[in-house]
Amino acid sequence: MSQAAHLRSQAEGLATGLPPLLADAEHLASTVLLGAHGRRRAGMGDEFWQYRPFGTGDEPRMIDWRRSARSDTHFIKQKEWQAAQSVMIWVDGAQSLDFTGDKGRETKRARARLLGLAMGVLLIRAGERVGLSNMNQPPRSGDVQLLRMTAALADMAEGAEYGVPETAVLPPQSRAVFLSDFLGDPAPIEAALTKAADRGVRGALCQVLDPVEESFPFSGRTIFDSMGGGMSHETLQAAELKARYLERLAERKDFLETLCRATGWQYHCHHTGGAAQSALLWLYAATERAH
Amino acid sequence: MLVLGPIGFTAPWLLLGLIALPILWVILRAVPPAPIRRRFPGVALLLGLTDDESQTDRTPWWLLLLRMLAVAAVIVGFAGPVLNPSDARTGQGPLLILTDGGWADGRDWSRREDRIAGLLAEAERNNRPVALVSLAEAPKRVPNFQPPSAWSTRLGNLAPQPWRPDAAMTADFAAALAEAGPFESYWLSDGLAWPGRGGLLSELEAQGPVTLFESPRPALGLRPVRFEDGVVKLTALRPAPGIERQISVVAYGLDPSGTERALARGEAEFAPPEVEAEVALSLPAELRNRISRFEIDGERTAGAVSLTDDGLRRREVALIAGREDREGLELLSPLHYLQQALEPTADLVDGTLADVLLANPDAIVMADVASVAAGEQAPLLEWIENGGLLLRFAGPRMAASDISRTEEDPLMPVRLREGGRTVGGAMSWGEPKTLRAFDEDSPFFGLDTSDEVVVTAQVLAQPDPALASRVIAALEDGTPLVTRKRIGAGQVILFHVTANAEWSSLPLSGLFVQMLERMAVSTQPALTEASELEGTVWAPRVVLNGFGEVMDAGQLAGIKGELLAEGVLGPDLPPGLYEGEDRSIALNVIRPDAELTPTNWPARLRVEGLDVLRETLLKGWLLATALVLLAVDVLASLWLSGKLTGPRAARASAVVLALVLAAPSGGARAQESDDALAILATSEVVLAHVITGDQRLDATAFDGLRGLSEVLFRRTSIEPAEPIGVNLETDELAFFPFLYWPISPEQPLPSVEAYGKLNRYLRSGGMILFDTRDAAIGGFGSDTPEGRKLQQLARPLDIPPLEVVPADHVLTRTFYLLQDFPGRHASRDVWVEAAPPDAEQIEGMPFRNLNDGVTPVVIGGNDWAAAWAVDRNGNTLFPVGRGYAGEQQREIAYRFGVNLIMHVLTGNYKSDQVHVPALLDRLGQ
Repeated sequence: MSQAAHLRSQAEGLATGLPPLLADAEHLASTVLLGAHGRRRAGMGDEFWQYRPFGTGDEPRMIDWRRSARSDTHFIKQKEWQAAQSVMIWVDGAQSLDFTGDKGRETKRARARLLGLAMGVLLIRAGERVGLSNMNQPPRSGDVQLLRMTAALADMAEGAEYGVPETAVLPPQSRAVFLSDFLGDPAPIEAALTKAADRGVRGALCQVLDPVEESFPFSGRTIFDSMGGGMSHETLQAAELKARYLERLAERKDFLETLCRATGWQYHCHHTGGAAQSALLWLYAATERAH
Repeated sequence: MLVLGPIGFTAPWLLLGLIALPILWVILRAVPPAPIRRRFPGVALLLGLTDDESQTDRTPWWLLLLRMLAVAAVIVGFAGPVLNPSDARTGQGPLLILTDGGWADGRDWSRREDRIAGLLAEAERNNRPVALVSLAEAPKRVPNFQPPSAWSTRLGNLAPQPWRPDAAMTADFAAALAEAGPFESYWLSDGLAWPGRGGLLSELEAQGPVTLFESPRPALGLRPVRFEDGVVKLTALRPAPGIERQISVVAYGLDPSGTERALARGEAEFAPPEVEAEVALSLPAELRNRISRFEIDGERTAGAVSLTDDGLRRREVALIAGREDREGLELLSPLHYLQQALEPTADLVDGTLADVLLANPDAIVMADVASVAAGEQAPLLEWIENGGLLLRFAGPRMAASDISRTEEDPLMPVRLREGGRTVGGAMSWGEPKTLRAFDEDSPFFGLDTSDEVVVTAQVLAQPDPALASRVIAALEDGTPLVTRKRIGAGQVILFHVTANAEWSSLPLSGLFVQMLERMAVSTQPALTEASELEGTVWAPRVVLNGFGEVMDAGQLAGIKGELLAEGVLGPDLPPGLYEGEDRSIALNVIRPDAELTPTNWPARLRVEGLDVLRETLLKGWLLATALVLLAVDVLASLWLSGKLTGPRAARASAVVLALVLAAPSGGARAQESDDALAILATSEVVLAHVITGDQRLDATAFDGLRGLSEVLFRRTSIEPAEPIGVNLETDELAFFPFLYWPISPEQPLPSVEAYGKLNRYLRSGGMILFDTRDAAIGGFGSDTPEGRKLQQLARPLDIPPLEVVPADHVLTRTFYLLQDFPGRHASRDVWVEAAPPDAEQIEGMPFRNLNDGVTPVVIGGNDWAAAWAVDRNGNTLFPVGRGYAGEQQREIAYRFGVNLIMHVLTGNYKSDQVHVPALLDRLGQ
């Protein structure tokens, strides 16, 4: 009984969690105005680009008769070339994202998931191919992909204490968005980014932090445990540590920013205390810039 | 018991525990505070960071000190500390504790009680039987010697008496002492000498040693008040010369609202060699009459209180006329002659009946007042029963009213016949009548009935079995002229003629003044001579207790006059205010010639003070301190370990702060709304309607007054604000010049207070428009439900005789010239106050010099509000009549409204306008 019940309850939980997640993401994405997304040159696509006089080498079936009837020469109607881009989104599944400093605030994971899915919604509406690096599948386009991503995000398995970006599935010359707190060991992050840059992948790195992690409002004798409980640190005067902790945090941010600049990526630090919209706008602009 | 300075310990060995404190210090210092566990993803960044200093793993010194103090408090607390452990007074054998128990004990009674309690506690420790005696309670013999604990429970019942012990009271007691056998005596003296004190002392000394206790603070006394040369003089006494001392004497009495408060205050000063200090208060007569007692401020004894009686009073006479609206016509005012006659000898009080009753005057004169509101009748009757004199004069209004017609009104001495009679006029037979000589049992007996007094009109008494006994003055043909009825301690006297010269020449004669003096005006102070008081019985009204507090006498038996004249205070004759037939006598603790003599004890006796240091057990306080310290320690520990300053603590402390700051606010809201109404109603002219409880009717009345207000605003210089609905029970009416009162059969009758308010409103110039809204189906007075309701509503109101609006009434021409007063219905039955019977048409003028005041009521049934009613946009709400004729009728209805409001607001100005041509003509000559 236990297995079936467990499965059932999980499915129920998934079903209840899914629509709000998607709806939130849709809602968030709808605030960003979608622009034309053409290549600024003639090619395959749906949008009208230009009428060109009929020349040698053109097939007669390409003649646009309606336009040609208004003049003496023949014209060919050309459409704008619209090529879809591949964007891989990585949302960190590590336990460290399960943290929130205040009951009224969502966890870092929820925010990262929301941002990732909202990016997915935006990109799919723009006709791009989107994939989740956790899904181990190539990026695809279409609304079904959105549902798959939603399911994958909601079903994200508990991972290690701190996450490492997944680079194995990144197609060459594609775009990538990494969402994590990047508080773990910096070496794997550096390695992943370097590898991605080698493949010609550009993208955006968004560090999601809780305001408590920025302010460190602790004092007294304290034992700090990591979210998984694998790491702990005891101090007798937590308040004394504040300055040095903040120093280290700034160091980490600086490291990430330098790394991004070196690899052609873009870096942003987002706090769960702030509005998700600003982060989404930044992500959207960052992926635009990466074109 | 270990004694250190003022503190003793019952279990001193426990103090050794204090030695363990330093060890505790060391142990506590070694233990760091417990850590708190927090989940925090940033721990990866913290790895490798070491603490700079390892000092804080120890408890800070101040927290340690706090804990040490808490532990020390517990140890010291259980060691049983006692503040002021009293030194033992040794002795054995029976003990007699005496206290004077007179009024002079009242000044420091609590200390005296403490001292007795201390003596009882000592006796308890020494295991002595005790007897406790208060000399002022006139003990007959020495009570049984009993264990002190039995007396401790009875100590609370002991209270000072408002008199002092004397030889007669203590004679039996002194005689019984010898039988009680040898005993020791403690005597708590009050510091004042009294006869028989020496004898008692020698009797006590014969039985055993005597110890005296006496307070060094002198007792003060206040002699009865004297009224000399127009000022109130009081003398304060002290027993012996001493240092300069300032005291203040306060006069207490009822203020106009009936609550007792300090009315005046005077300062007196004892010069160093003097034992007397005098204070003179110059008070207005009104204030003086209210004073019920004088007190030395801050002195809590019966001797420092002096009650006042009739000696301080001047007769207070209140004058009330039915309606005083004849500005300038002084000689016709019903009160003019009364004022002239009474002013030199009495204090006259003006005001409404309710206000006047609060002042509790000696007499109330009502000139031509027909009926009194039901709410005022009961207090008036009560006042009469308590000795008030109600003097009434007849007049046209009384003659026209139904009062005392079929059955005797409680406020009238006799029943009256309808109408009255006029003699010696142009239309009647006979000559004006003169007075018959007064009977022997008449209070006027002996006054000269001169022939100059003639009576031309009067109201007649209904023949009645009791009539003969009530007549105290009659005309020569035997018809009663003045009748009297006794009610309780007071009386009602009716003059069957007016108080002005309209009906008789009596008010013009000297006889009138003499008659008034015989009845009401007697400024003679009460004299307490034994011969005068013989055979009388006096009922105590208020008595003083030993602390000088005024108590209601309740059911105390009456006192014989002889006893009162002797004035020896005691259990049978407590000090207080005694009332006889028509006056009162104050019996004070201090007689006018009294002196206060200090005690002079033989030098061989030991005299101790009253001061006693009470033993205070400190155990409870110390343990409570320890608990508080531990609670502080809990908070401090939490704070140290960061549990108070975490992310959630801020919210918790905010909640606590909010709870502390959330102080209850409220009260005084009713007052505010009252003020708001007053400001709203008085900042502009406001028309008002009575809230009947029928919502539709009230809405119509409101809309009608709004329509009328708009018309007034447009057409005249009256610019009313939005109308107001008035609740008769709660709202003040004085702000509104005009009340519209639609009648519905369902509306509840107003309360008695509301009727009082309405009557006051009508008397002070307000106008009520009653609208029965039934003119379509019946005329005024017809038997519609509304008509019956109106009769029911208006019965307690003081409404004058009415008539249908005459064609020359001022209401027909205050703004528009009108002959009809239609509303939604067009009936001619509109009633206003009737013109006096003698009103005449002025020569050559279109209308009579009608009653030049404003009619207090207008009664009709034309449903005016419905005709006036408009909504907020100015659209009429109800159809009137049919077609153009209907609109014409509505216009006339508005004009009636304009005329009515003009009439209310301008008073007699409009009717006086008729005289303008005549005045100009006269000026021209």
